[in-house]
Amino acid sequence: MTELQTPMAAEAAKNKKQPGKGETGAGPAAGTSKTPKMTSRDVNVHYGTAHALRGISLDVGVNEVTALIGPSGCGKSTYLRCLNRMNDVIEGCRIQGEVKLDDFDIYDPSLDVVQLRARVGMVFQKPNPFPKSIYDNVAYGPRIHGVANTKDELEEVVVNSLQRAGLWDEVKDRLSLPGTGLSGGQQQRLCIARAIAVSPEVILMDEPCSALDPIATAKIEELIDELRANYTIVIVTHNMQQAARVSQRTAFFHLGEMVEAGETEALFTNPKDQRTLGYITGRYG
Amino acid sequence: MQGQQEHIVKSFDDQLKNVAHQIARMGGMAESQFSSAVDALARRDSDLAGRVVNADTGLDGLEQQVEEETVRILALRQPVATDLREIIAAFKIASDTERIGDYAVNVAKRTLALNQLPPAQPASAVPRMAKLVQAIVKDTFDAYVERDAEKALDVWHRDAEVDEMYTSLFRELLTYMMEDPRAITPCTHLLFVAKNIERIGDHATNIAETIHYLVTGEYIEGGRPKGDTSSYAVVEHGQEGEAGDGSPPPNAGANAGSSASPDAGSGTGSDAGNGPKDV
Repeated sequence: MTELQTPMAAEAAKNKKQPGKGETGAGPAAGTSKTPKMTSRDVNVHYGTAHALRGISLDVGVNEVTALIGPSGCGKSTYLRCLNRMNDVIEGCRIQGEVKLDDFDIYDPSLDVVQLRARVGMVFQKPNPFPKSIYDNVAYGPRIHGVANTKDELEEVVVNSLQRAGLWDEVKDRLSLPGTGLSGGQQQRLCIARAIAVSPEVILMDEPCSALDPIATAKIEELIDELRANYTIVIVTHNMQQAARVSQRTAFFHLGEMVEAGETEALFTNPKDQRTLGYITGRYG
Repeated sequence: MQGQQEHIVKSFDDQLKNVAHQIARMGGMAESQFSSAVDALARRDSDLAGRVVNADTGLDGLEQQVEEETVRILALRQPVATDLREIIAAFKIASDTERIGDYAVNVAKRTLALNQLPPAQPASAVPRMAKLVQAIVKDTFDAYVERDAEKALDVWHRDAEVDEMYTSLFRELLTYMMEDPRAITPCTHLLFVAKNIERIGDHATNIAETIHYLVTGEYIEGGRPKGDTSSYAVVEHGQEGEAGDGSPPPNAGANAGSSASPDAGSGTGSDAGNGPKDV
């Protein structure tokens, strides 16, 4: 009996090991995507003498939510701002490497930055509606970018954007009231409506829920999930549960490096790197 | 958990350690229940068998504690990665361990019945199989405490040996029953005892799979090694009987072969008041 068993066991052990090898060969920091909307290769950012990002290579998959997590100061917001050249406005900031949107280098000198930011919109941590009416907040982008030619077209864009942002039913009777009079969660959805009014392809969100209560947060998360069908989303969040809930892929940043990136589920159940493990499980690391 | 840094929130570490400690305790209790049951069988010791039956509530209570604690940690801490695997593993292992305890009780109950009959010869073959399964159970809980995936994998492979031994015991017992109809009662009890022990081996294998997942985050690949072919086993005499010579004992044997084997596990489950989840 024992003799019969041994070769069987040996073969089963062999079968077990083979797939294991393949996985470790891929390495922890697998930042590539099969269907990238944006790609970055070896991105380095310096603020004066400080080396804020070190050789980041990460793809953002089309119609996917990519979450960037990591401790404060790890460079995740810096990386996010590289994706629509928001770092350009910071004095002493130098960016090296390559960032592409649909195979087009966004740091190409001939590129119109304003056009880029229409294609790659942004939502910030604190809701920052303009001190204008709800209607004008959403209409502002389409007006300056010439998205709508007539008043009717503009109205259609505004209504459509507010509907997509899940805010329409709450504000349809008070479009002329100031946007700043809305609740925090409504203001944030107004900012999302404002961002999608110019039909961007990518939406960057920098901690969009950190100033909101759990109900407003849940609404934004639901919205993010719906928006994914039409947009590509990159979200920076300190809330790891949120990253786990809303994203398909997650990248973990630490001290300016991208430690690990991969499918969210795998990263949260079986992270490959000890630093990722330490961070997501709340251990000193 | 072992070899890892501590959580920033220390009470979380305490809770995880507590769960792991309870599992280790459950393992120890299940091992001792099983070994007492086998001793009681080998020595025809009804007192010991009675103690095994009564001691099962301790294991049931511990399982409930582990369940409550793991549910609390899931609700309050939302664990991820290794912590999540730790909790899920504890939950599953507690359930398998409790089942091992139930099967030990079944063995003890069968022992009580057997002790009212004259000693049967093959009673020695069953303890031999039990010894193998005891070693497997022990190594399984050692693998848990040591967080040793290799050891768990080794245990996992050894289950096929138990299955083969069970199949051979099954044939042996059928033969005894055919030879002497008076052996049918004790042999049937022994058959159930053997099936219970084989099921203990299966639960140890489940635990080994869970330990492998706990340590590596990956499931053991490939199908489980199977050596139990008793579900398909018939004894040759039975076929001769069907062929025409029609003497009563062979027929009895053939019937036992077709009806007792696949359902032996579920039949014994009712002994502990708890049907096994799988056969």
